[in-house]
Parts: sequence; C-alpha cells; structure tokens
Amino acid sequence: MLTLTSPVETWAHGLPAGAKLAALAIATTSLFLLDAPLTLAAALGATVLLYLTGGARFALAGLRLLRPLWPFVVIVGLWHLWTRDLSGGAVILMRMVAAVGLANFVTMTTRLSDMLAVIERLARPLSRFGVAPRRLAIAFALVIRFIPVMLDRLDEIGASWRARSPHRPRWRVLVPATLAALDDADRTAEALRARGGAG
Amino acid sequence: MERNLTHIALFAALIAVLGLIPKIDLAAGVPITAQSLGIMLCGTVLGAKRGALAVLLFLALVAAGLPLLSGGRGGVGVFAGPSVGFLIGFPVAAFVAGWVMERTTLSPAVAATAASVIGGIGVLYVFGIIGMSVMLDKTLPEAAFLAGAFLPGDAVKAVIAGLVTQSLSRMRPASLLSRA
Repeated sequence: MLTLTSPVETWAHGLPAGAKLAALAIATTSLFLLDAPLTLAAALGATVLLYLTGGARFALAGLRLLRPLWPFVVIVGLWHLWTRDLSGGAVILMRMVAAVGLANFVTMTTRLSDMLAVIERLARPLSRFGVAPRRLAIAFALVIRFIPVMLDRLDEIGASWRARSPHRPRWRVLVPATLAALDDADRTAEALRARGGAG
Repeated sequence: MERNLTHIALFAALIAVLGLIPKIDLAAGVPITAQSLGIMLCGTVLGAKRGALAVLLFLALVAAGLPLLSGGRGGVGVFAGPSVGFLIGFPVAAFVAGWVMERTTLSPAVAATAASVIGGIGVLYVFGIIGMSVMLDKTLPEAAFLAGAFLPGDAVKAVIAGLVTQSLSRMRPASLLSRA
C-alpha cells in the first residue's frame, strides 16, 4: 500500500521522527496563539519556503496533499465575504493552511516505520493497561496486511452478487464483508496462539 | 487474549476499507463514503471497549502516514485540519455506541440503530462541531449549521448499521461480541 512519505529525498528525511513531531507540536501551538494577519502571512510564507527547500517536485506533491481543504476554503471565504470581515477570514485560512502544511511536511519526510516506532514508544506507559508494545506492533502489522485482503474480498462479493442479481448490491455487501472480517479475526487468533501467542 | 487483539485489528482494517472503496451506493443514488458506518459497526458489533480500541488503532495508522481516511487523506495534517473534532470524536462515538448496545435488551436492529444515532451522530457531532468552531473561528451554532450538511447521510448510515448488525446476529449470534 502507498504511504504519504515522499519518494523525493529531502534534507528533512534524515532527521529523527520524534524531533520533527516535537517541533511540529510547538509550531502548531504558536500558530494558534498568533492572530495578527501579517505574522500569519509570514508563517505561511515560511511554510512555502520550507517546502521549496525540497525542490519543485516535492513542493508540488505537498500542494496536492492540501487539496482536501478546498471546501473549507470556499466556505470560510464566502462566509467572510458575506460578513465583510475579510481580514478575519484571511487569518483563519492562513492559519489552517500553514498548520496543515507543516504537519503534512512532517508526514512527507518521515517513513511509516519510523512514525510507528514513535507511536509504540509513546504508548509504552499504556502497557500496564494491556497495550504492550509487542501487541501494538502485531496489531499494526495485521491491519496493514488485511486491508488489501479485505479490498479484494469486497470485489469478489460484489462480483458474485452481480452474477446472481440484476440489481446493484448497495449496502448488502457489508454483511458478508463484516462476517468475513469476524471469521478472519477468529482464524488469525488461532494462528497467533499456535505460534506462541501475542505475548 | 489473541481473539481480542485480532478482532480489534480486523475491525480497524474494516474502517479503512470502508473509507477506501469509492462511493459505495448505500441507498439509491446517494453516494456517501462508508467510513463513519465502520465506526458505528465497531461499537455495535465489538462493544464499547474493543470498538473504541479498534478506532484508536485505525487513527494511529492514519497519523503515522497511511492515507486511510475517506478521500485518501492521512498523516499528521488531518489532525491540524478543520475536521479534527470528528477524528477525536470517532473513538468516543464507537465507545458510546457499544455501551448503548451492551446496556439494552432491545432487538439487535433497534438497539444498533439507536446506538449508532446516539454514538455515531449525537456524540460524534458534539466533538465535530466544537472542533470546527475552534478551527474555523465560528460560534457553535454556526459550526452546527455547517455540520448539518452531513446529517442526512449519517442518518442513513445509522439505519444501515442497524440492519447489518441485525443480519449478523441472525446468521451468527455468537459473533455479536457486544451482546456476548
């Protein structure tokens, strides 16, 4: 499965994931404390420059990742046109784009395995509640492995439905899909136990 | 022990798959992503604790950089965006839906629909609306107005969650861990 990590190697790929996330937390908090339009414009400019240090291809990929924000840009833009509070709207939008942009930068420059290692480290205090690091690692691996399996099966269920009925399957595919997930969970549990358990 | 773990993992994968399949026609001509349906099913099928853990596992993988949210979104960025409230509300929604399911003795269809409405709509929207109001700097009623756009789709999903849960309970009564 594709991750969001950028294949274009940048200088930031080499930095430790934990440090990048800590810097992101500080930067995001400051963005939400600022509300002067000029300061936020500077922050947005700095974010754009940060992307450009990775080269044009990297920056364009970063821009594409911001696409899901456009409905919010339209809504907030129209809203503030309507209330004639343009600088207020600009503050909200600049803050939103800069915050999401910075966070995406960390995602784009960090490998999935490094990010999962950070999550496992952060979750270590939870081991007394049964969320042991080893169990968490098995769970991550299981989810990643089973997503393509389930997608394939959903295709099969759809195909067998179409072979029998002239109508579209609609929500009914969800019943066999969920049932199969429950069966897989039982079988995987047996397989895990046979191989020494989940620890 | 292993059974708990694999159920949580497999349902986390199910939430992801429901967000990845392009616009399943849930009801005639209403193409909506089924991701929040996955959240509801986590609660109604797995129960409160396991359901919430499955959603948390899913969110951890999203944060780690897998584009598993509907529309192919993912990474830390989604937690800095305007819909962060809904993401924080997801595990709580699954927990509340599961809790309602566990506490009632109504028939699975009615109980699961009610649980999905209370958890997957009521609780989820409280979080989502607060999140939008903070991130977009709007008052709560204004944010509620914006969130209202999702309401018809989510109402349909709650009914479907009820139907799916009922079918599961008929085909394999033992599979409904929320009622075990």
